[in-house]
This record gives sequence, C-alpha cells and structure tokens, in this order.
Amino acid sequence: MNAPLPGPLNDNPNLDRWVAFPSPGKVTVLTGRVELGQGVLTAMAQIAADELDIAIERVTVRSGDTDKAPNEGYTAGSQSIQFGGVAMRQACADVRALFLDQAAKILGCKADELSISDGRVHRNGTSTGQDYWTLSGAVDLTAKATGGGVRKRVADLKSIGTNSARSDLPGKIFGESAFIHDMTIDGMVHARVVRQPNRGATIGSIDENAIRRAAKGPIEFIRNGNFLAILAADETAVEAAGVAAVNHVTWRNIEAPTPTQQEANWLLQRPVVERVFGAPDAGNPHSKERYEATYTRGYLAHASISPSCGLAIYRDAKLTVWTHCQGVYPLRAALAKTLKLEPSSIVVHHVQGSGCYGHNGADDAAADAAIIAMQKPGQTIRVRWRREEEFIYEPKTPAMVVKVRALLDDAGKPVDWTQEIWSPTHNQRPGAGGNLLGAIALPDPPPEPPPNDVPEANGGGATRNAEPLYDIPAKRILHHLVTETPVRTSALRGLGAMPNVFALECCIDELAERAGQDPVQYRLSITADARARAVIEKVAAMAKWRAGAPSGTGTGRGIAFARYKNRAAYSAVVVELSVDEEIRLHHVWCATDAGLVINPDGVINQLEGGIIQSASWVLKEQVRFDNGVASFDWETYPVLKFSEVPEIEVELINTKDEVPLGVGEVTAGPTAAAIGNAVSHALGARIRDLPLTRARIMAALLKE
Amino acid sequence: MPKKFDFSVNGKTVSVSLDNEETPLLNVLRNELGLMGTRFGCGLEQCGCCVVLVDGAPEKCCTKPIWSVAGKQITTVEGLGDAARPHPLQQAFIDEQAGQCGYCLAGILISAKALLDKNPKPSRAEIAQALDPNICRCGSHNRIMRAVEKAAAIMRAGASR
Repeated sequence: MNAPLPGPLNDNPNLDRWVAFPSPGKVTVLTGRVELGQGVLTAMAQIAADELDIAIERVTVRSGDTDKAPNEGYTAGSQSIQFGGVAMRQACADVRALFLDQAAKILGCKADELSISDGRVHRNGTSTGQDYWTLSGAVDLTAKATGGGVRKRVADLKSIGTNSARSDLPGKIFGESAFIHDMTIDGMVHARVVRQPNRGATIGSIDENAIRRAAKGPIEFIRNGNFLAILAADETAVEAAGVAAVNHVTWRNIEAPTPTQQEANWLLQRPVVERVFGAPDAGNPHSKERYEATYTRGYLAHASISPSCGLAIYRDAKLTVWTHCQGVYPLRAALAKTLKLEPSSIVVHHVQGSGCYGHNGADDAAADAAIIAMQKPGQTIRVRWRREEEFIYEPKTPAMVVKVRALLDDAGKPVDWTQEIWSPTHNQRPGAGGNLLGAIALPDPPPEPPPNDVPEANGGGATRNAEPLYDIPAKRILHHLVTETPVRTSALRGLGAMPNVFALECCIDELAERAGQDPVQYRLSITADARARAVIEKVAAMAKWRAGAPSGTGTGRGIAFARYKNRAAYSAVVVELSVDEEIRLHHVWCATDAGLVINPDGVINQLEGGIIQSASWVLKEQVRFDNGVASFDWETYPVLKFSEVPEIEVELINTKDEVPLGVGEVTAGPTAAAIGNAVSHALGARIRDLPLTRARIMAALLKE
Repeated sequence: MPKKFDFSVNGKTVSVSLDNEETPLLNVLRNELGLMGTRFGCGLEQCGCCVVLVDGAPEKCCTKPIWSVAGKQITTVEGLGDAARPHPLQQAFIDEQAGQCGYCLAGILISAKALLDKNPKPSRAEIAQALDPNICRCGSHNRIMRAVEKAAAIMRAGASR
C-alpha cells in the first residue's frame, strides 16, 4: 500500500500532465506553479533532474497553461515547493519507475538490477543501450500516478541542495523579450480601458472629440454597458487617449473613499461577521495580571513595478488569453462565467510579468483583453494598464486593527492569549468568488461576493499567524470580518501574518520588558519547539545579541520570530537601526529553517526580498484616500530606495529530512516586529501603529 | 504627413518615420525598432525601468519625445552585450543572481553603466545614490549593489592589463 499521493498529483494523476520526452535527449516537465520572480521554474528543474536521474540541462519546464500543465490552483501562500515541488518529485519518481519496469521487460531482468544515469539505463554499471527516449514509445505516460516510485534518499540528491543558477535571469539581463509586456503578435491592437470608478457607477458623458484630439492618431471606442475601452494600432495614441479619458468621461454614482476611511481604526464599529477560533473565553479572572495593547496597520498596495498586462484573441469560437496572473485555471473559470463561454473553449497561457506578491491587477487586465476580444473577433487585443490605473484599481491588502489581551502568571509569562482582529477579507481572487473588474462594468453585473476569508485549513486570511506559537495554555482568536470596505481588498504577501506577527511579537517584547527579562531569553523561556529555539538562538548568535543594552539611546536592536502559518518555515530576525526624526536601518540578521532546501541561494534571495519589502511597508507604505485613492504613483506611494536598504545576513538551518517549505512570506511578520521592537528600544517609547512615520515618532517622543 | 527622425541606437544609425513627433523614445525603441529590453514601468519618469544612455548620460525615456533625440546616440541594455559577449555588468549580475522578477534590471544595468563610466571605483554609498532613481520592488538591492562592485573590479582589472 503506497502513501497517499501529494495533493496536486492526486488532483492531476495522469503522468503526462507532469512529464514528457518530446525529442531525443530532452525532457519537459509541466507544473501548475508559475514564475513570479522566485525561481520556481529552476527549482522544479532541479527536482526533476534528481528524481529522473538526468542532467538539468536536458530539462525544460513549462508552466501555467490550461492546455497542458496540471491544475494546481494558485501560485501563492509559499506553497509552490511544499506542495507543487513534492508532487513533482513523486510524479518524476513514478515516471522513472515505469521506465525501469519497461527496460527490465525488454532486457529480461529485474528492475532493481537497473539504474539510470543522465537518462540512460545501466545494468551493473554498464550501458544497456536503452534510455528514456528509446523506451518512451512503449511506456504509457497517460497512466495514473501510483506513488509507487521511490523518491531519492536525501543522501542521493545531487541537484537538489545546490545553487543552480536561475534559468530565466540571463534573458532579462540581456534585454530579451522576457515578459508578457514584450509579446508582439501580427496585427495586434493596443487597448486601454476607461475604468469604472466603483461598482454601480454609470457613464454620464463621453467627450469623444477631446479624447481623439489628445490621441493625435486614429482611435476607436468600444462600449458594453459601463465597460468602455479605447483601441488603436499605435500604442502612443491609445496611451494618450487613456490619460485624456480620465478627464473627459464623466461618471454617476461615484463612491470615492475618504481620508477618514484610510485609517485602520475606521474598521471598528463597521458591520461584521463574527468568527471565533480556539480556546473558550477565559472570562476575567481576578487572580491573574492582565496586559492589553492595540496595534494597527493601514492599507498597502502590491505596487508591482510593471502595470498589469493581458492579451486575448477570439477566433473560431475559441478564446485564447495570455496573462501573468497567479492561477490560470481559476481565471479561466471566471472568464467562462463572465463571457458565458464553456471553459473548454478558453485556453489561458501564463507569461511572466513583474513580481506581483499577491493578487494585483493581472487577472483584471486579462479579463479586459478578453472582453474586448469577444467584441473584435479575429483581432489580438493587448491591454496594458497605466501606472495610475494599477495603483488605484489593484486590490489593496486590508488595513487591520489587532488587539492583544494576555493573562500573566506570577513570573510575568502569558497563560492565556486573545488576539482580537478587525479586518476585511484578504481574498477576493476570481477563484474565491471575487469579481473581475471588467465583469462588474458589463450589463447585468455579477452580484457582490458574500463575505468570506481564506479558510483556516489554508492558513487563514486575517487570522493568519494570529495565534502565538509559544507555549501558552489557552489561546483564542476573535475575528471581526468587516464586510464594508472603501476599496476592494485581497491577498498580499503573507496576508494577515504581517500585522498579526507585528502585534504579537511587539507584545511579547512588552511583556519581557515588564518582567524585566531579555527579549531573547524571554522567548526561549516560553518555547519548547526545538526548531523555533534553533532559529532564535541562531539569529541571536549571528547578531552577537547582548542582553541589557540600554534603551532610549537613539540606536536600537529588536528581535522577532514566527513560524509561517504556524506550520511552515521558521524564521527569526534581528534588526539594528537608529532613529532621529526618521528611522535608518543599519543591519538585519535572519535565521530560517525551511526544511529541505532545494536551492539555497534562491531561498536566501527570497528571504532578503521579503525582509526589504516588509521594511518598506513598515517605514513608508500606506495607501492614502482623498476623494478617491490618493496613492497613485511612486511619488504618492514611495517605497524603500537603494540608499535606504540595510545590510542583510541570512543563514539557513537546512533540516534535510523535513519537507521543503516556501519562504516568500515567512520574513514579512518577523521583520516588521523586529523593526517595531528596535524602534522602541532606540526611543524608549513604543509605537504600535504602522507605518512608522515621522509624525508618529515625534508623537511617541512627546508622550514620553 | 509622417516626419523622419535619424539617430543612433547601440552604434547603428536608424531612421524612423512617425506622424506624432511627441512619440516617446521608449515606444519607438519597443514598438518601431523591436528592442524590448528597455521596459515600460510608469510613463511618469519615476521608476527607472526605461533608463537608456543619451549621448552617454542616463535618462528615463518613457516621456522623452522622439524629436528631442534626433541626431543623438542612444545606448540600450541590448547594446551592452549579449549571451556570447556579456558586458562585465551583465556577467556580474548573473554571477550574483542579482534579481528576482528582473523587470527593473535593464534600467538598473544602464544606470550602473553610466556610473562606472565616470567613476570606476564607486563606494557602496555612491552606487546606492546612482541607483536611487531606479525602483526595485522585489528587494534585490544588496545583490545588485554587490554585482556593480564586482563588475567595477573586473573592469578596473581589465583596464590595467
């Protein structure tokens, strides 16, 4: 009896969805996971090379294609390697076993007498003349995976665990066509959408002449309900028309978000759905000391460096769409519903875009192109959003209020922990019932999705990492799922993990201080988990952490820790910084345990990126509202610059016998909290609201 | 009536005819000349994805009208080198795996080239300052700055031979 198949392989059991031998000497592996700038394609090639016993140079990875590749839902949640990679390992192991069985049949021997070396079958160390390609005609890869193929022992891994160079980077560095934005198809027509400001807004008037004058070239208007688009052969003309249209198309029923709504505290007193998880209410025992603190974070933008882009053509009753979204199958399902087509008549291909870090405008841009393509059969439509359009209309990660209540024992350690959260949903992806923007503007728009958030089984949304991993006898989460929001909210790197870990890890520091203990020692005293202790001790050693460094000197250090989703990678971060009117990051140390590491340098690259992005959120980022989204470009939504990034040192604890775990999101929370703790150490005053602006620093100092 | 504009791109003289003389250089490079290496990021001269050299100086070209570069020499990332003959900067970026999504890299490579042309031994702070007009959202900054330092060292060694 074999172990159950890894999830994605169970969902897509036919082996030809995973592996193909297209021509002599070549192997193609197919994955539902897509390249978002994280090196996932290279990691998949390393996995295939080891499990198929083949040189990595022979491996081509195809990904994100509803025609061929397996359906693995979304590339999200740091799960590509943990689930997709493990499925790929098993699929390749099963394929290798099928070929060995076939070779044994031909050679009249037992399969276990045979081995494979770079695709060639050997018997007792000598070549048999058979290889994957001589055998492939006789091996039926439409067979279902059984899980019977034995995966390589850790000691036998050759490619896994090495710093295989990213296969996609050279093309980007030499300036080749690497992105969806660079696709050109003969006869391609450029399009811009005149965005409906909000659900229910209707077009009042269109000053076509003014827009045509601004275009300085021929353009065409396409309208379907309140979906208005401008088309042109020349991109310069259509871009100018798109810019002009903002001022020359009027709308009725505009609901513009206000400055009051931009602050997290606005979420209190809103309509909510109540969700409760964990231990029963502890009541209010008088015997215990009680500690309470409230932390907030504003709305954030994904702020991808490239505005979203999508291409589509409708021809011979078949719609073909090119997109840089995170899930080609869920997008296909949403397009089918919007366009009233059968999913089988739609093909969605993934083409790389810039880093997205979650649900940005990619799905919507693809839908824009598809909607227009349906009205212009036979023409390839390319929609590329404008920079301002991306900032204003991409889904935002929600503002959150997190209130922590701890009951303490005589030693000042928590024995009861409540994390109370006010947050809108972190998931309005098309596959989760969210609507494509274009669909909402069409006649007969789909209804608003019912309020929901990412299920706890998938790590939760607003509740992600709301429960401390520490040894606390009773823990509970109260989630007030806010159902009314000024802007569309959805998934950004780590979802609720960043504000939750910021709150709980800042609170742990406050409790340590209250107990008169060093933050590192305090954490270790409430953590039995060996892997948690290992990363905390490791990062303290890396940073040469000293207990008892005086606070309020203007220079500070802070530590924080989390296990992502309380079940994935472990990471601890130490930050050193100084504060005068502004915060200056000097150094960040990070120790991470992500189980078996496929590509150490790739993992370190992801951890460094997570640290810098989280630092940027904490120091600089909040989406402002002022009669609309007022953060609409890089000046109104600044991010961390080259001269502002700290030195970063990362070390991996490579626990090779553990499942490989994703790392894209694990540092988001610990970095935020370590900065918060370091700022408190530097100032001798605590700031509990993000971002840590100059105004908040001055206010904290005045309060002291 | 289309107007003709002559200029040089990566050492070759090119001539384009356009109705709209305000057409940005970026659109001409990408849509008329098929040079896709220079990327569109904002169209507002804010992000640096579209930095090219104009007569040796780094400039954002997403709003730079074509008439303004007539007669000038443009260098794009394609002009630095290719897989067969990589520029030391390109080689160093590959060696350091200096990038994640890679969308910002073409503009950054050109900004770095402009820096090294006038300052062969920049400090880390000087590199950061030269790259501040370029945004990297993935957080590859430190790798990128290491790669520029490495390329600078290789170029100095090459120059002294």
